[in-house]
Amino acid sequence: MSEPSFETCVEIRDAIRSGRRTAVSVIEETLQRIECLNERTNAFRDRFDEEAMASAHRIDQEVANGRDPGPLAGVPVGIKDNITTTEGTVTCGSRMLDGYRSPFDATVVDRLRAAGAIPVGHTNCDEFAMGSSTETCFHGPVRNPWDPSRVPGGSSGGSAAAVSAGMVPLSLGSDTGGSIRQPAALCGCVGLKPSYGRVSRYGLVAFGSSLDQIGPFTRSVEDASLVMQVISGQDPRDSTSVDQVFTPCDHRERGFEGLRVGIPRQYRVPGTNEPAVEERILQITNLIAEQGAQIIDVDLPLTDKGISTYYVIAPAEASSNLARFDGIRYGHRTERKTATVDELLSTSRAEGFGPEVQRRIMLGTYVLSSGYYDAYYNRALQARRLIKEEFDRAFESCDVLLGPTSPTTAFEIGSKLDPISMYMCDIYTVNNNMAGICGISIPAGLAEGGSRGLPIGLQLQAKTFNDAELLEIARLIESELGFDYSSVAE
Amino acid sequence: MTRPEPGHLSEAGVRKVAQLARLELTDESIELYAEQLSSILEHIANLETLDVEGVEPMAHPLPVTNRLGEDVPTAGLPVEVVLENAPAREADFIAVPKVLGGES
Repeated sequence: MSEPSFETCVEIRDAIRSGRRTAVSVIEETLQRIECLNERTNAFRDRFDEEAMASAHRIDQEVANGRDPGPLAGVPVGIKDNITTTEGTVTCGSRMLDGYRSPFDATVVDRLRAAGAIPVGHTNCDEFAMGSSTETCFHGPVRNPWDPSRVPGGSSGGSAAAVSAGMVPLSLGSDTGGSIRQPAALCGCVGLKPSYGRVSRYGLVAFGSSLDQIGPFTRSVEDASLVMQVISGQDPRDSTSVDQVFTPCDHRERGFEGLRVGIPRQYRVPGTNEPAVEERILQITNLIAEQGAQIIDVDLPLTDKGISTYYVIAPAEASSNLARFDGIRYGHRTERKTATVDELLSTSRAEGFGPEVQRRIMLGTYVLSSGYYDAYYNRALQARRLIKEEFDRAFESCDVLLGPTSPTTAFEIGSKLDPISMYMCDIYTVNNNMAGICGISIPAGLAEGGSRGLPIGLQLQAKTFNDAELLEIARLIESELGFDYSSVAE
Repeated sequence: MTRPEPGHLSEAGVRKVAQLARLELTDESIELYAEQLSSILEHIANLETLDVEGVEPMAHPLPVTNRLGEDVPTAGLPVEVVLENAPAREADFIAVPKVLGGES
C-alpha cells in the first residue's frame, strides 16, 4: 500500500477506537507510504519504524482491553527536525547536529504520545529553521508535492509536504516568522501558529526565543483544534508557557452573521501579490460578505517595516541561541588540528553551519555589538511595540484579519538566490510573531492562470489567546471553500 | 554612541563580526558576506524613518517575568546518553583540547 491517503486525524482515530481498524495496519501503511512518496518529496529525513510499530501494538492492546487510547489514538505524526524525540536523531537540517541523539522528548511529543499519537519520523526543514523554502536543509531540498520543481515553502517545508502529499495526517512545525503558515500555504494544507505561550517550547531547538511557537499541520481545521487540545497548556519546563486552557468554541453556529472581518489594505498593495493570489482572496472576501460577514477596512501601516524589524530581532536572538553550538559537548567538531580552544570553536562552527545560518549569526552579532545596539536592536524593539499596538487597534474593530498568507504561490527551486528576495516571502507573517498573536493558513483553492494548479493560502489572524475563536472562524470559511486535498495525486 | 553608516558592512567589518561570532571564514566568503550583509542592512535602514521617540522597547510579547518553580530535586539527563553525543570522551568526561597555556 503506497498510495497516498487523505484521511483526517479524526477519521483515523475513530476507526481505531471503534475497532474497525488496527493501529498496526495504519502505521504499517504509513511507513510504506513514506518509503514510497519520499523519493518525490524528500519530506522525511528519518523513520522510527521499530518504535512506531511497538507503539501501534500498545494502542491495539488498549483497545482490545476496552480502554480508550486517547483522542489521537493511532494517529501517525511527522515531527519537524528541530523538535526532539528520543527516537532517531535530531539534526535541525544542519551538519552541526548530524547524528545528534536527544536524551529527552519535547513536551509536545510527550503530550502527543499520551494522547495516543505515534511519531513516525522527522521531517526536513531549513537549517535551524532559517529560510522560507527548505532549500537551506543540509539533507537536500524538500520538493512541493503539487510540482516537484518547486519549493514547499519553509522553514517547516517537510512537515507541510508530508501532510499535503498524503503521507501523514498530522505533523508538527515551528513558526518564528511564518515557518508554519507559509509552507502550509504553498503546499495546500492547514497550518496553525498558536499565540505565543500557548504551546510549550521545551524540546524545540531555540532560534528566536521570543518569537518561536510550535504548531500543527493538518488536512482539516477540526484536526488542528483537536491537536491544540492535546499540546497546549502550561509546562513547568518552559517558563514562557501560559496557564490558559484551550477550549474549542462553537458559538459561530449563526454562521458569518455579525462576524467582523478586517482586510488590511497593506496586504493588497497593487503589484505586490501574484494576480491569482490577489483574485482568489478577493473572491473569498466577497463570498463571506454575501454570507453576512461585515468587511472592515483595516490599516496596518507598519506591514512594510516588519521584515526590517524581524531581521534585526530574530538574528539577534539567534546569534545568542546558536552560541551554544561550540563543538565541545555535542555537535560537529572539526577534524582539523587546532592549537587553541578559540580556533576549535571557530573552525567547528564554520564547518558545521551553512551560509544562511552564518549570515544570520553575523547579522545578529553585528546589531547587538557595542556602538550599534541602540541604532539597530533597540530601535527594532521600539518598532516591535508599535507593531503590537497597531494590531491591538485593529482588533478593536474586528474579530479576525484576513489576507493572503504569502504574496505568491510556490516558486521554482533555486529561483531566489538573493537573501532579501527570500525574506520578502514572509511579509504578511512576521509581524504576527513580533506581536505574539495567533494565525492560521488554510487552503484557499488552486491558482488559475500562470501558476495553474498551485495551492493558494488564506491567512487569518486573531488577537493573543483567541486561538479557539480563530479556529472556529477558520472552520467556518473552510466549509465554504471545500478544498479537495486528494487532487494533489491527480 | 557612534551612529553606524546605514547599509554598509566592509570586509574588515565582516572579519571583526565573524571573529566575535566565532566563525573562521575564508577570504572568498568574507567578500560575499560583506556584499549580502550590506544589502540586508540597507534594507533594514528603513527603520530610520520610523518615529520611535519615547516608545518603550518591547523584548517579549508576554508580560511574564521570573516564574519560579518549586524547589524540589528532579532527575537530570541520563549521563550515558548525554556522553554519547560528545565528539570526544574520556571515561565519564567530555574531552577537549587544552584550554589554558600554550601548546595543546
